[in-house]
Amino acid sequence: MASRSNGRILHGFGLLAVFAVAIFPVYWMVSSSFKTQTDLLASPPVWLFTPTLGNYAEVFADQKVTSAVVNSLIVAVFSTALAVVLGTPAAFALARYDFRGKSDLWFWFISNRFISPIALALPIYILAQGLGLLDTHLVLILVYITFILPIVVWICTDQFRSIPKELEEAARLEGASQFDIFWRIYLPLGLPGIAVSAIFGFIFSWNELLYALVLTRRDVQTAPVVATSFMSGYELPWGKIMATGTVIVLPVTIFALLVSRHMVRGLTMGATK
Amino acid sequence: MSNPARRTNPGYGRWTPFWFLAPAVVALFLIGIYPTLFALVTSLRQYNLTRSRDGFPFVGLANYQAVLSDPTFWDTLARTARFFLVVMPVEIALGLCVALLLHRPGLNFLRALARVTLVIPLATTYAVVGLLGRLVFNRDFGVANSFINLFGFPALDWLGNSAGAFAAICVMDVWQWTPFCALIFLSGLSMVPVEIEEAAKLETTSHWALLTHVQLPYLLPGFTAMLILRSADVLKLFDVVFTMTRGGPGAATELISIYIQRVGFRVFDLGTASAQALLLLVITILLARLYIRFFYREIE
Repeated sequence: MASRSNGRILHGFGLLAVFAVAIFPVYWMVSSSFKTQTDLLASPPVWLFTPTLGNYAEVFADQKVTSAVVNSLIVAVFSTALAVVLGTPAAFALARYDFRGKSDLWFWFISNRFISPIALALPIYILAQGLGLLDTHLVLILVYITFILPIVVWICTDQFRSIPKELEEAARLEGASQFDIFWRIYLPLGLPGIAVSAIFGFIFSWNELLYALVLTRRDVQTAPVVATSFMSGYELPWGKIMATGTVIVLPVTIFALLVSRHMVRGLTMGATK
Repeated sequence: MSNPARRTNPGYGRWTPFWFLAPAVVALFLIGIYPTLFALVTSLRQYNLTRSRDGFPFVGLANYQAVLSDPTFWDTLARTARFFLVVMPVEIALGLCVALLLHRPGLNFLRALARVTLVIPLATTYAVVGLLGRLVFNRDFGVANSFINLFGFPALDWLGNSAGAFAAICVMDVWQWTPFCALIFLSGLSMVPVEIEEAAKLETTSHWALLTHVQLPYLLPGFTAMLILRSADVLKLFDVVFTMTRGGPGAATELISIYIQRVGFRVFDLGTASAQALLLLVITILLARLYIRFFYREIE
């Protein structure tokens, strides 16, 4: 009996350690964002301090940060929406039709998960420069589709496959066209999967740094780019950096908690359930 | 192979799938394939923006030759491999421990709490993870030093020396990606049929025997998935390292993506960088084929 309760204590201790380690860096960022510069530069670091909202006041007064958050929002929302509009019909076709080259097409979508952004960033930079698209929302929205679309296609194909075929056959007897079937049956019933894939799309594009760094100059810098840009000079404004970091991380954390059950499926393209 | 019975009356025209697929395929072609082909052309030219006065003459395979005989390119690839070989075993070992803790019955509230918290590192904006790394590993006021002081070690200038900076980026990667391994292992563990696990527990009290004889087969597919995906991710790894160290000090943390970005956008030698990027792409495509070979056989 003694070893049993010892096991329980160890189990509880282990779980608490997992919780503490997983949350610690984020906790440290959030708590640092409420510190004054003096507390931030204290050595050794202080754990108890009088919190200040000064860093947030500074962040929200800085037009660079606020417009970066707006830029990130515009890019994330539009790229996700576009990926859903393009991806759901493709997912419908992959889930419901038989045609030649279907598996090759499917593999091509999946392969995009593996592409390194730097491989695409170079040519897209040159092309965008030629088209005068550098430093526009449009170029980021389009580029982000390369990694959001495969996720939308994958998750929605999976979701659409689970919709019973009888519904579709009944609709066809009533003379519904293929588009009606997609629009009236698959889209509404597939909504949970579409929502999950849209949340993933939003998280990935909100978090993206490399393309945004390379393809923007001044006007449409996204939040991660601006946060990174504070890292120069001798005395870094740590409080402001951590407050900006908190502002960036907070919305995606909430979204990630919403889809936490699907996190592994989303990150592995469904190779593991 | 399509089913002949369905082919006679599929309920849709031959071109119907095409119309549904066309928008996505055209979009991905224009923003994915076309730029790649363009990179191929660029990689065959001298395309240096700082010397654009000479134009962009066609130089054949010279850029590839230069890349393949460039020791720095091989060094960064080797460093990327070393990074992978350091972080992957740690993430696998810790991930498995965490998964076993989460799988063990009892303490439901704590388990649910820990399970949900695991999502946070995965979702944290990578650039912010890097910024955080710079604060945590600061020589003077970083919290990493106060932790090692607790155990009696002297404070280190982590980001100021090669070994320290490499260790620091490894620590941040382990923090961020151990949850990924843990969640994959956890889903593997939950695939073990309850009756089998219960029966095995009556036979043995050894956790090790249970793990190696009963649970291991269910963990292997996820294990393969994480090896392939993580190696692709390490080849992509840019944000955290760029914000934390910019590849420095010296070249101590210059992984492959950081190096290509430097050649392309800080040296502006786009021809060479394109050749490097395409070589990287070849490795990536091989990984993707491998992944598909393992996990999507049933799609046909």
